[in-house]
Amino acid sequence: MLGSGGGSGSCSKDMAVELGDEPHVLVVDDSLIDRKLVERLLKNSSCKVTTAENALRAVEYLRLGNDTLEGTVSEVNMIITDYCMPGMTGYELLKKIKESSVLKEVPVIIMSSENIPTRISQCLEEGAKMFMLKPLKRSDVKQLKWHLMKCRN
Amino acid sequence: MELVQIQRSLVDYTKSLFMEGFLDAQFLQLQQLQDDSNPDFVFEVVSLFFEDSEKLLNELIIALDQPNVDFKKIDSHVHQLKGSSSSIGAQRVKNACIAFRNYCDVQNIEGCLTCLQQVKQECYLVKNKFETLFRLEQQIMASGGSVPTIELGF
Repeated sequence: MLGSGGGSGSCSKDMAVELGDEPHVLVVDDSLIDRKLVERLLKNSSCKVTTAENALRAVEYLRLGNDTLEGTVSEVNMIITDYCMPGMTGYELLKKIKESSVLKEVPVIIMSSENIPTRISQCLEEGAKMFMLKPLKRSDVKQLKWHLMKCRN
Repeated sequence: MELVQIQRSLVDYTKSLFMEGFLDAQFLQLQQLQDDSNPDFVFEVVSLFFEDSEKLLNELIIALDQPNVDFKKIDSHVHQLKGSSSSIGAQRVKNACIAFRNYCDVQNIEGCLTCLQQVKQECYLVKNKFETLFRLEQQIMASGGSVPTIELGF
């Protein structure tokens, strides 16, 4: 099940966040509590938020693996995903995103409640922009927004 | 009771919850996410936690009662409970979960059973604390007052 914070419907492949536009973030986490928390943190930071309860839903939403449809969904400026999820993990989702010619430039943030150095380096090596420890705080979201703004030309 | 007195009770009560370790700083983060456009955010999230924890605790009771205990499954449930308790700032529940997972790691059934009781107890205790907290908040709002916020570093 997906929750949408309202999309712009833009088909632009340009990753820069236009001045005045709210960045659109996809949050993937199997914990409802954590989805709610991250969603509220992001919305309070003027982001549009879409949530997905697992990696498969995220893959469907992003149309990953479908050459003609990839990237045609409401432009997602950032993906924040939990690491530990049943079925496909956040790491596996990260790999799929990086395999996509359209979506590989989208910054992916991995969250985890566990501070495991090998896990962290594995994700960063695969191309994750950042690894964050749960639960996320306001200061973490400030950091995220900074990364989003870096995409601006 | 006067509004000011109830407000002071709420502040004192909340502080005591931090002092006694029931809550940690994450709870303050949660409160900061509540505002006029989301006036029931804390209540909603805390309620979700208790729904979730009840289900997980029941699953744990069943799982530990099996002839062949599936420690992976148990660890997965406790991991979930640890995560959600951590997200709402329920520190004692979280710590009880950490201890529980240690016994899972070494497949110690007795240890797990003891920890299950402790986790149940901590959930029960913090639930009562929250109920008192919310009741005080309701009293304040019913009297037309606003709920005082706790500052970090008190």
